[in-house]
Amino acid sequence: MEKLVVKDLHKSYGSHEVLKGISLKAKAGDVISIIGSSGSGKSTFLRCINFLEKPNAGSISLSGVDISLQKNKQGELIPSDQKQLQTMRSKLAMVFQHFNLWGHMTVLENVIEAPIHVLGLSRDEAIARAEKYLRKVGLDAQAQAKYPAHMSGGQQQRVAIARALAMEPEVMLFDEPTSALDPELVGEVLKVMQTLAEEGRTMIVVTHEMGFARNVSNHVMFLHKGLVEEEGHPDEVFGNTKSERLKAFLSGSLK
Amino acid sequence: MIDIIQQYWKAFLWTDGYHLSGLAVTMWLLVVSIAFGFCASIPLAIARVSKSKWLSRPVWLFSYVFRGTPLYIQLLFFYTGMYSLDMVRDVDILNHFFREGYNCTILAFGLNTCAYTTEIFAGAIKATPYGEIEAGRAYGMNKFTLYRRVIIPSALRRALPAYSNEVILMLHATTVAFTATVPDILKVARDVNAATYDSFNAFGLAALIYLCITFILVALFRKAESKWLAHLRPMKA
Repeated sequence: MEKLVVKDLHKSYGSHEVLKGISLKAKAGDVISIIGSSGSGKSTFLRCINFLEKPNAGSISLSGVDISLQKNKQGELIPSDQKQLQTMRSKLAMVFQHFNLWGHMTVLENVIEAPIHVLGLSRDEAIARAEKYLRKVGLDAQAQAKYPAHMSGGQQQRVAIARALAMEPEVMLFDEPTSALDPELVGEVLKVMQTLAEEGRTMIVVTHEMGFARNVSNHVMFLHKGLVEEEGHPDEVFGNTKSERLKAFLSGSLK
Repeated sequence: MIDIIQQYWKAFLWTDGYHLSGLAVTMWLLVVSIAFGFCASIPLAIARVSKSKWLSRPVWLFSYVFRGTPLYIQLLFFYTGMYSLDMVRDVDILNHFFREGYNCTILAFGLNTCAYTTEIFAGAIKATPYGEIEAGRAYGMNKFTLYRRVIIPSALRRALPAYSNEVILMLHATTVAFTATVPDILKVARDVNAATYDSFNAFGLAALIYLCITFILVALFRKAESKWLAHLRPMKA
């Protein structure tokens, strides 16, 4: 069964249309990489999935449940039921480019926050979960009491991944998770993401890491000017590239 | 100096023999007005940064008026100004309230510090990193949870240094309370001055007491900052 179905998503900023009808289907265990040059709309597309951006047209369903939508005054689609939106978001954990950890909370507090205050877990359950997932991303007990500002970017992003995992989400959304990292820290984050992919977690990853897109994901979408220019299995997309634009993009990024 | 201390130390610290006076009154004024100002300023600060003009404009006006006029005049306005109105004297409850110097003082002080605190907190709320708010939304928090767990705790921490300043300024501002016949430290000092003509020691002693309170307040805020602002400090080696 499809976990996440996005149909014909459109998004404009004023008269500028950044998404011109993009669809996506993710089955359980799919790892979908979204690639494309900056300005192609890939981050906007991801952010429309959990309504951090409001799309202008299209539909989204998660685990077979359609999100009910209505138009606001600006002609954008907004969820008509805030409760449904919040439930949906809690099942779609997001990992951000700039981590977006809550700065006044320690690592452990960051990870238990949403499980307690959104999912309604008890503190003990949440802590047990947090410890499990912090270990999974390679952070030891010592790191739990630290504040995000006292950690390296790679560590912070791994905390952010643990925070996402602690929601035990249906689908994980990654918005350029390694783009803000120093080159030597990229590897540790990618390694964690690869482990998650191998566990069969459903992931949608906006990325500039072609190695990850090629080796870890089982579906690649290349976006260009708000449209899907080419998509398919990575072997096909990278090995037998059809679109000229993707060829140009790859030759530029694979240097 | 020793004579004055021996004769008036009780009046300076807590009682003139009949009523509370001196330090006890000053602290009472400070604590009550600060507590009122703090509690009222959090919802007001949220309204102040609201996108809705119906919420933000009235709060803007309130803080503009109370920050734009001297506290001394606000106190005179509530204490003598209000009571000179027939409509205040004719209503029993208002008549009782505004006849009492303490009530007028607390009202003026509370509203005044509330206006300043509202602006401090509103500024801190506006400075919340947008990504942290976005993360709260993305993890399914509703508005209330987002404010209660992310925005307000983060903003109050950020506001702490400016807020500690406001509390100390408020301590010093309590000295206008004698206008409404409230026997705070300064009132006692003036009485002592009138009785002994030893102005230097009478006011010097008062100044020393204020200095001690400030010292303690600063120490307390230091402690609070080291507890709540640990995430902004460089890590301990």
